[in-house]
Amino acid sequence: MNKLLKLSAASLLVVTGFSVNANTLSDVKAQGSLSCGVSTGTPGFSSPDSSGNWSGMDVDVCRAIAAATLGDARKVKYVPLSAKERFIALQSGEIDVLSRNTTWTHTRDTSLGLNFAGVNYYDGQGFMVKKSLGVNNVKGLDGASFCIQAGTTTELNLADYFRSNKMDFKAITYDTSAQTKSGFEAGRCDALTSDVSQLAGLRSTLKDPSSAVVLGDVISKEPLGPVVRQGDDNWFNIVKWSLNAMIEAEELGVTSATIDRTSTSPSVQRLQGKSGKLNEHLGLDKNWSRNIVAQVGNYGEVFERNIGMSTPIQLPRGVNQLWIKGGILYSPAFR
Amino acid sequence: MAVYPLKETKKAPQSQTKVILWLKDNLFSSTSNVLLTLVALYLIYLILPPILNWTIFDANFDLTADNQSCGREGACWAFIYDNFKMFIYGFYPQEELWRIDTMFGLIVVLIMFGSWIKKSQYRMHYIIGAFLIYPIAAFFLLYGGLGLEVVGTDKWGGLTLTIVVAAVGIVASFPLGILFALGRQSEMRIVKFISVVYIEFVRGVPLITILFMASVVLPLFFSVGMDFDKLLRALIGITMFQTAYIAEVVRGGLQAIPKGQYEAADAAGLNFLQKTTLVILPQALKISIPNIVGSFIALFKDTTLILIIGLYDMLAIVGAATSNPSWLGRNSEGYVFVAMVLWVILYSMSHYSKKLEVRFSTEHKN
Amino acid sequence: MFIKLKSLLYNNEVRAILFQILTVVVIAYFAYQAFDNMMLNIEQSGIRSGFGFLNDEAGFAVNDNFFLTYSPASSNLQAFYVGIVNTLVVAITGIFFASVIGLIIGIARLSSNYLIRKMATVYIEIFRNIPILLQILFWYSTALSILPSVKNSLSFMDSVFLNSRGLFLPKIVMGTEFYLVLASFVIGVIVYVFIKKRSNKKHDDTGIATNTIPHFLGLIVLLPIAAYFVFGAHLEYPALKGFNFKGGTGLSIEFFSLAFALSIYTATYIAEAIRSGIDSVDKGQKEAAAAIGLKQSQVMRLVVLPQALRVAIPPIINQYLNLTKNSSLAAAVGYTELVTIFSGTVLNVVGQAIEIIALTMLVYLAISLVISLALNIFNKKMEIKGK
Repeated sequence: MNKLLKLSAASLLVVTGFSVNANTLSDVKAQGSLSCGVSTGTPGFSSPDSSGNWSGMDVDVCRAIAAATLGDARKVKYVPLSAKERFIALQSGEIDVLSRNTTWTHTRDTSLGLNFAGVNYYDGQGFMVKKSLGVNNVKGLDGASFCIQAGTTTELNLADYFRSNKMDFKAITYDTSAQTKSGFEAGRCDALTSDVSQLAGLRSTLKDPSSAVVLGDVISKEPLGPVVRQGDDNWFNIVKWSLNAMIEAEELGVTSATIDRTSTSPSVQRLQGKSGKLNEHLGLDKNWSRNIVAQVGNYGEVFERNIGMSTPIQLPRGVNQLWIKGGILYSPAFR
Repeated sequence: MAVYPLKETKKAPQSQTKVILWLKDNLFSSTSNVLLTLVALYLIYLILPPILNWTIFDANFDLTADNQSCGREGACWAFIYDNFKMFIYGFYPQEELWRIDTMFGLIVVLIMFGSWIKKSQYRMHYIIGAFLIYPIAAFFLLYGGLGLEVVGTDKWGGLTLTIVVAAVGIVASFPLGILFALGRQSEMRIVKFISVVYIEFVRGVPLITILFMASVVLPLFFSVGMDFDKLLRALIGITMFQTAYIAEVVRGGLQAIPKGQYEAADAAGLNFLQKTTLVILPQALKISIPNIVGSFIALFKDTTLILIIGLYDMLAIVGAATSNPSWLGRNSEGYVFVAMVLWVILYSMSHYSKKLEVRFSTEHKN
Repeated sequence: MFIKLKSLLYNNEVRAILFQILTVVVIAYFAYQAFDNMMLNIEQSGIRSGFGFLNDEAGFAVNDNFFLTYSPASSNLQAFYVGIVNTLVVAITGIFFASVIGLIIGIARLSSNYLIRKMATVYIEIFRNIPILLQILFWYSTALSILPSVKNSLSFMDSVFLNSRGLFLPKIVMGTEFYLVLASFVIGVIVYVFIKKRSNKKHDDTGIATNTIPHFLGLIVLLPIAAYFVFGAHLEYPALKGFNFKGGTGLSIEFFSLAFALSIYTATYIAEAIRSGIDSVDKGQKEAAAAIGLKQSQVMRLVVLPQALRVAIPPIINQYLNLTKNSSLAAAVGYTELVTIFSGTVLNVVGQAIEIIALTMLVYLAISLVISLALNIFNKKMEIKGK
């Protein structure tokens, strides 16, 4: 009924020529849930289990935003999107934020009317081949066929890399990553190429995971992060700082278990919302960052839970480690 | 006068008995026929046994088996049994499944009641009433509101979604198609121009581009932030598409009516609305009913395209079910099952259409 | 004065004009508002507009390519052309095979042989009542699982290879020798047409039928082959090097499964159209033909089919159009035709949905218009010749 009213209102708006100014935060609060664009099933980043519950790195970003804005990390509506429709869904307003292992590129940032609110995983493009091929690096794949997902930076990077190295290749483009996997298993292509994190996840879902190996070569930079529409700076800040809150929490050594312990450190107190006015300019409740850490966890917890060494994906922290521990995760100052 | 004793009638020679006679006539009547029969038998031998083996004889009917114990020589029907709810209901929450069952049950009851009061004079009233009230009831059952919990359209899927999309497409495109058909026949040049442009444009492009347009371009016409439901967009696209085809079918019916009917209605002093609803349309629709049913059958088949824009009709559920790690690689079973279900539905519809055709053509001979 | 005005209102013509003006005003108003809103939305969200993106570098590779040159460095416009060509190639291939299969099945439907008749009916009933998308997906996954891998390709005379990636054929090298062979083919065709015309005239005048099949074989088949050997034109053979076949030309498995599924599905409709065409031929024609001693095959070929086709051609051409439109479902199997390349990949990279979808629709509209025009010309020709 609500949607019917909205549609009639929208038709009226078309008639009267009004265009409502974008205020995503009030929309989200009015709706009572966050509309979050995710993938159709990428293990470790956003995938549903058989009861329809979503989990993953990108899913946890959505939950963090919901915890910050609505106080409850469960109030998220997950919208599965293919690579082709993800930007359109965001541009048209169908979703409030896109958290779908999307690479931050210049073109996407400037010409699609979108803003990248940060990076939640620094990735790179890699290759997966069958062990039986006996290939151990990319240079040995001259003339090979690759299964790729259509409409991704993967397609473009592959073409660029092979062109600059004067190698030949054939590209088989499919709509979803599940199709690329079945093509790879059926032998339609010799190698699968995608972000290394996705390859690790895909490999764990093969009929025989030990038959495939992810090559060590990484041919591009793929910083993955959440995306929002241009024209709503406050929402942009909210998403950006929700992500930063999780990184800052890990840097301060605060976990979901310890977030509520009294602390003498002013930084921790600001994170807990007990001091400072960090929430006011965002238009959020003062417990916004505390809710994030309490309900979702800090970055390290999120990482370990979804793609860490205890999961089938088994990705090492690598560069996705705090700057004080040799990685490049660095939250701007929380004050 | 000579009397001739009647001879005993003998039985017909063996080669004239039913079965052998039939075989001779139908299968072996000439050399070319014999060759054809042999070719046909050989083709049957090539095609039928592997199919039967895979689906029945080598298949695993143990419904409690899992992916490993099922084996690969034959079909694994446990896969279908395990995911049956998903195929039929999509991602609808378990506790609310009764709502979908009620919705389907209502249709069956309504149809049975409708055929029971076939001879009643209130039949038309009943049909129109049912057509108006049932969609509203079905909407509330499926979507929610009015005390029932809201189930978002992203949870709709499977056979339910296929039927909902087809039904809405049919019901919504019918009046619109009639309008455009009348518009195309109109003497008002602008109305005719608009109708012709619309019909020819929509019929000249593939349905998938219309769906893309509805799902991508339509939201841009409204202000940002308006949550334009994905299913709604698909329904608009499908309705737009079907309207053009129904318009053409009804136009064929309109053209088949003798011009005298129009003139007589004018002579009797009926205005446009009365003329159309009382004289022209009933005749036109009756003539074009077989083609309208044919168009609906095509629509039902076309609903599978919504999988390309991300909606989970029955075909897309196969992909969803096989991406579950516990059931990898069972695509064939999924496709065969969906093919069988859809085939049964479509075959029944086309069978019914043939019966309609016979019924209406005899009516005309009077 | 008032009476005149009132009577004007009841005048049908005036009302019609008023109604039309009202309609135009209302539609124009809505269209203007919608358009305005759209431009505002686009401006606000920062998406580019205009067709400048066509000159940008495409940056992605395309698997199937016939006739045109394309590389990831080509422009989006070039990708657009490749998409159009790919659509037309799969459509024409599908149309050809659908017609052949449809003709066979259509005639089989009326066969006196019970088995053949029933099998044709079963074929039609099965493949007509399963959605085309499902058939495409099914044949693709079947082809992938049945055909051998590249290393174990089925080969024919070491020059034609079939495997799960596609069919690989030798390619004709376009040198001067090839043009000589082509010239001999053209000469052969011209001479044959001339011979056939003369033979037809002789048949019309005297009733003596000459068999032109040997002429056909000699001129159109053997002559070019002889020229090939005499002039030594080259064929480039495909060879397995590393991962894939290099050299030669090939048809991908995606192309095959799409063309195959489209042919099988559309053939059912063509078979039905041919059957109803044959049914529409007066029974007397068949009886008269049998009475003058023509054989079954001659009856079909000389008397029934020509008349049947006249009735059957309009729905068949309609089916050709449907097949072309159904080729847009290639996204399901990854065949790179217009919709997958342009409304898929390019759309996602560039983001300008309206321009891209409009261009795609325009291409299909153009194809439909051409086919409708052909149909109209055919109908006009048939009218003059007909009853």
